[in-house]
Amino acid sequence: MNVETLSRLQFAFTVSFHYLYPPLSIGLGMVLVMLEGMWLRTRNPLYHNMARFWTKVFGLIFGLGVATGIVLEFEFGTNWATYSRFVGDIFGSALAAEGIFAFFLESGFLAILLFGWDKVGPKLHFFATCMVALGAHFSAVWIIVANSWQQTPAGSHLEIGGQPVPLGHAFEAADLWRSRMVIDDFWGVVFNPSSMDRLGHTLVAAWSAGAFLVISVGAFYLLRRRHVAFAAASLKFGLVLALASSLLSLATGHSSAVGVARNQPSKLAAMEGLWETAPAAPLHPFGWVDTARARTSGPKIPAGLSLLVSGRADRVLTGLNDIPAALRPPVQATFQCFHLMVALGFGLIGLSLWGAWLWWRGRLADPQAPATRWFLRLAVPAVLLPQVANQVGWFTAEIGRQPWIVWGYLRTSQGLSAVVKAEQVVASLVGFGLIYLLLFILFLFLLNRKIQHGPEPLEESHDLPDNWLRQSRA
Amino acid sequence: MDYNLLWFVLVGVLFAGYAMLDGFDLGVGALILRVKDDDERRVLYNAIGPVWDGNEVWLVTGGGALFAAFPPVYATVFSGFYLPFMLLLFALIFRAVAIEFRSKEPWRWWRRGWDFGFFAGSTTASLLIGVTMGNIVWGIPLDAKGEFAGTLLGLLHPYALLMGVTTVALFMMHGAIYLHMKTEGTLQARVRQWINPLIIAFIVCYALTTLATLLYVPRMTEILRHQPALFAVVILLVLAIANLPREIHRGRDGAAFVSSCATMLLLMALFGLGMFPHMVYSVPDPAHSLTAYNAASTRKTLGIMTIIAAIGVPIVLTYTVTVYYIFRGKVQIGKDSY
Repeated sequence: MNVETLSRLQFAFTVSFHYLYPPLSIGLGMVLVMLEGMWLRTRNPLYHNMARFWTKVFGLIFGLGVATGIVLEFEFGTNWATYSRFVGDIFGSALAAEGIFAFFLESGFLAILLFGWDKVGPKLHFFATCMVALGAHFSAVWIIVANSWQQTPAGSHLEIGGQPVPLGHAFEAADLWRSRMVIDDFWGVVFNPSSMDRLGHTLVAAWSAGAFLVISVGAFYLLRRRHVAFAAASLKFGLVLALASSLLSLATGHSSAVGVARNQPSKLAAMEGLWETAPAAPLHPFGWVDTARARTSGPKIPAGLSLLVSGRADRVLTGLNDIPAALRPPVQATFQCFHLMVALGFGLIGLSLWGAWLWWRGRLADPQAPATRWFLRLAVPAVLLPQVANQVGWFTAEIGRQPWIVWGYLRTSQGLSAVVKAEQVVASLVGFGLIYLLLFILFLFLLNRKIQHGPEPLEESHDLPDNWLRQSRA
Repeated sequence: MDYNLLWFVLVGVLFAGYAMLDGFDLGVGALILRVKDDDERRVLYNAIGPVWDGNEVWLVTGGGALFAAFPPVYATVFSGFYLPFMLLLFALIFRAVAIEFRSKEPWRWWRRGWDFGFFAGSTTASLLIGVTMGNIVWGIPLDAKGEFAGTLLGLLHPYALLMGVTTVALFMMHGAIYLHMKTEGTLQARVRQWINPLIIAFIVCYALTTLATLLYVPRMTEILRHQPALFAVVILLVLAIANLPREIHRGRDGAAFVSSCATMLLLMALFGLGMFPHMVYSVPDPAHSLTAYNAASTRKTLGIMTIIAAIGVPIVLTYTVTVYYIFRGKVQIGKDSY
C-alpha cells in the first residue's frame, strides 16, 4: 500500500474509534443535565442516585474520548503536513478556538462533576454539569465549522506565493508548497454554507447516542427485574431525549441533504447513485450500484429525489455521467453508507415512537406486558444503532467529499506529508491498531462491570453528601 | 508589539503553561513506582486526579495555536518528528487510560500493570518532550521549502538526549514538590526525602545542558549579550531554583510549589528569548529557518486569534484557578476517587 492509502486508513481508523466516545459524552451530558435539574426541582433522591451512576459512566467515556482525541490534532501535522500548511490560516484558528472555548471548559468543570460532589453545593454542581455539557457541544461546534469549511470553503481565497488567485484557477503541483488558503472573513468561514446544517445534524445525532445508552441499560435492568425504579426512570429520561433527537435528526438531515444538493452535486449523485442528469430524479430506498455499467438497481420512487431536495418534481439534478470520473467520489461506498444511515435513522424514530406509545399507555415499565417485553428486548441492543448511524453518516460526508480534501481546491492525494514514508505509517498504524483494540476491550469490560454492578442502593442518607443534606432539608 | 511577536509569546505561554501544569502530573507518573503500598499509590493518583485532564488541554491548545498562527512550523515539526511524536501519543494515551482504569478493579495484577503503564507512559512522554525541545534548540536540517531534511537517528544526538534527561529530572522534581503539598503523614515524609536528591539531579543536568548550550549553541545566548538587562531572567531563574530547598526546609509547601512553577516559566522564557525570532532553526543552512515572520499566518488571522485569545484566556484562567481552589488542600480518598 502506498503512503496515501495508509495515511487515509490511519486517519479513518483513529477518527472512527475516537468518534465512538464524543457523541456519548454529548448525549449523556444532556441526560446528566436533565437528571440534576430534575433533582433540584423535585428533590427526589432517585434522580440524584441516577445522576451519580450515569456520572461514573460519563467519566469512563470521557476519559477515552480525551485519550483518543489528542491523536487527531497531531495527525493533521504528522500525516497531512501539506494540507496543514495549505489550510492553517483558516483551519488552525478553529482548532485553537476549540481548545480555548471547549476543551478547557469541559475538562475544568469535569473535575467538579466527577470529584466535586462533597466539595461544592448542589447548585454549583448542577452548574458544573451544565458547563461540561456545554463544553462538549462547543467542541462539536468548532470541529464541525472546520470540517464544513473543507466541504464548502467560504470566507477565504487561494494565494500562491503571496499573490491572490481567482477561483477556479488550477495550480501546478510545483506551486503547491507555496500555496495556501487565506482568510477574508471570519464569520464567512464560521457560517459557511454547510456548517450550521451539519452542526445541527451532528449534535442531535449525538443526543441519540447518549439517549439510547440510557434506554438500553434501563431496558436491560427491567428485563432482569433489577433496580426497577432506576430502570424505569432511565427509560423515561432516555425516551424524552431519544424522541426529540430522532425527530430532529430527520429535520436536520433533510436540510443537510438540500445543502449537499446545492453545494456538492457530485456527493449527492453518489449518495443516491444518480447517473443520468435529468428532471424528476428518482429516489432509491435501497439498492446496489454497478459502477462499471453506470447504473443503480433497486426499487425507485419516481421524482422522489428531485422532490425532496428542491420541493419540485421537475427539478434537474446532475448525474454522475456528467461529472468527470476523476472528480467522482467512490459511489458504492457513499451510497451504501448514506442509505444505512437513513435506514437506521428511521429505525430510531420507530423505536422512540413505540416507547413513547407504551409510556402513554402506562405500560413502559411493565415487563409482564408482551408488547413491552418485545420493546425492551429490542431496546437493549439498540444502543448500537445510533453509534453505527453516526459512523456511516460521517463516512458518507467524508467519502462523498473525495477526491477533495478541501472542496474544489486541494485533493486528498496532495495533502500528504512530503517527508513521511510508508513504512513509518505502517509502524504507527500497527501501533494504533493494537492499542485501540486493547482500549476497546477494556472499555467494554469496564462498562459491562459498571452496568452489572448497577447503581448504589437508594438510601437517601447514604447517598447525598453532608453539605447537600443540610441544604435539601433547609 | 506586532502580531507575530505577540503570537510567538502566546504560543510560548501555552507550552509553558503545559510544562508547568502537566509537568507535575508527568512527574508524579515517573515517581509512582517509588511508593509500594496500594493506598499510598491511590493518594498519588488522586493528587492529580481532578486536574491532569485539564493540564493536558494546554498541550492541545498550544498545538492548535501553533497550527493556527504558524502553520508551516506545525507542519514541518510534526511531520519531521513523525515516529517520536507517534510514540509520544502512545505514551500519553497509556498514561491517560492508566489513571482512568487503574482503581476501577481491585486485582493486584491489574493495578500493578496500570501503575507500570502510568510510569512508563509518563516517563516516555517527558523524555520525548525534552528530546524535541533539545532538537529545536540545536536546530534541524530543513530544505529550501522548509521541509525536514534529516533522519530519525539524526534526532537522537547527545544534546537532545541530555535535554530529554534534564526534562525528566525537572518534571520529577516538580512532581515531588507538588506531592509534598498534597500529602500528609508518613507518605509526606517519604516524598520529602525524594525532593533534595531530585533538586540536585535537576541542577546537575541543567548545569550540563547550560554548559553544552554555551559551547555548542552559542546563538541561544546572543540576545543576552546584546540586551544585558535580560540577564535578569537568568538571575531570577537561579533564585527560583535556590529558593526550592529553602522553602521545603521551612515547610512552606505552597511557596515551594510556586517557586518550582516559576522555575518552569523562567526556563521557557529563556528558551523563547534564545530562539526568537526563529521557531525552527535550520542547520547547516540557517537561511532555510522558519521564523515568526516567514512562517506565520496572515495578519488578519493573527488579529482574529488575538480577539479569540482576549476573550477566551481570562475565562480559562478564571475557572482553572477556581478548580484548583476547590480541590486545594490534602488528598482525601472518597468513594468518587480514582
